[in-house]
Amino acid sequence: MNHQHTEQTSTMVEVNGLFSQTLLGIPFVVALILYIIAFVVSRQRGREWPVYRSVFMLLGVFLALISVFGPLAVRAHMDFTYHMLGHLFLGMLAPLLIALSAPMTLFLRALSVKNAKRLTRILRLKVTGFFTDPIVASILNIGGLWALYRTDLYMAMHESLLLHVFIHIHVFLAGYLFTISLIYIDPVPHRRTFMYRTIVFIFALAFHGILSKQIYAYPPDGVPTSEAQSGGMLMYYGGDLIDAVIIVILFYQWYQSKVPRSTALQPSMVSS
Amino acid sequence: MSKRNIWAGILFGIGTMGFIDEIVFHQLLQWHHFYDRSTTEIGIISDGLFGAFAWFATIGGLFLLADLKRRNRFNALRFWGAVVLGAGAFQLYDGLIQHKILRIHQIRYVDNVIIYDLVWNLSAAIMIMIGIIMLRSGNKKDREGEAV
Repeated sequence: MNHQHTEQTSTMVEVNGLFSQTLLGIPFVVALILYIIAFVVSRQRGREWPVYRSVFMLLGVFLALISVFGPLAVRAHMDFTYHMLGHLFLGMLAPLLIALSAPMTLFLRALSVKNAKRLTRILRLKVTGFFTDPIVASILNIGGLWALYRTDLYMAMHESLLLHVFIHIHVFLAGYLFTISLIYIDPVPHRRTFMYRTIVFIFALAFHGILSKQIYAYPPDGVPTSEAQSGGMLMYYGGDLIDAVIIVILFYQWYQSKVPRSTALQPSMVSS
Repeated sequence: MSKRNIWAGILFGIGTMGFIDEIVFHQLLQWHHFYDRSTTEIGIISDGLFGAFAWFATIGGLFLLADLKRRNRFNALRFWGAVVLGAGAFQLYDGLIQHKILRIHQIRYVDNVIIYDLVWNLSAAIMIMIGIIMLRSGNKKDREGEAV
């Protein structure tokens, strides 16, 4: 058993070595650089960009980076609780913060009219509409987590560099897709009703909670019971907490869309 | 718009009771357990669905309340009556279905848990009754208001 353990540790270092950490970190750094360039170009054209949006982007990229690069990422490979903390950052909090930074809006402002039109055309494609459907995004996101923790995938991730990189990219992208399928910050050509998004979201949150209890009750292969318990609880409560922010934003947008006519008139009356 | 006060109240009541259950019985008293070995598979599923719903209900109920306020349609007696009714209904569902039938966890891990079960479910029934009485007097007040 001791022998097996040392063998595992040596492969772990490879899978989670500097190479894979860098590989996973680069896209976030590139995204941040693109965001800054778009910010500068947009300002040069005389358009102000809210400071809080840029702060959201910085925070989001920071959280994504520390979950794939550095001490937390290394620790996450050995301790399931840290793994779960990293996943909360990479799959939930970072996507939420980056979605709130409205990157697509900023890029559309910075691009030339021709290119902006091209980008809009991509957003309008049917396939984009398919992936931004909350049901599809939820299956990719929550379904992906079920596949990771309820099959041999979690074990395999620790042995294959390719799987390790793929799963981490998937966790972020699926988390981002999930967030933007529920709350509309950037332009969304394929819009779904608030009721539809709410119902899908309730089930998504439910299956997130169910999975975290399953992990608590039946630890994934290779995970000690105590780590599965603290990791499961972290997933359960952390997920509730971050999703509460998305629920508040979703319901606030709903609330805003139903402004009664009498109060809706007031601002325009004041300005005129 | 009378129904809106009731819906807002019921949702907020369910959510609040779920919240109290979590904060008081799970975290502060630590009577409830996150999971115990007799928890059934269906219990985990039911708890997940209901927990998620209660979480949405808390926040959604508050937004419905804000909507009633901005429309000047808020009826305090009816809203709070529905809150108590919703809270009682949650408590009864939790006490009978979730604790006993689905065996998610017990109220407290002691020998004579039956006493806890009785107090729990009786208080739920009392809350439901108080809620209904408040709703009725809210309706009455409304009718008198319309007559004037």
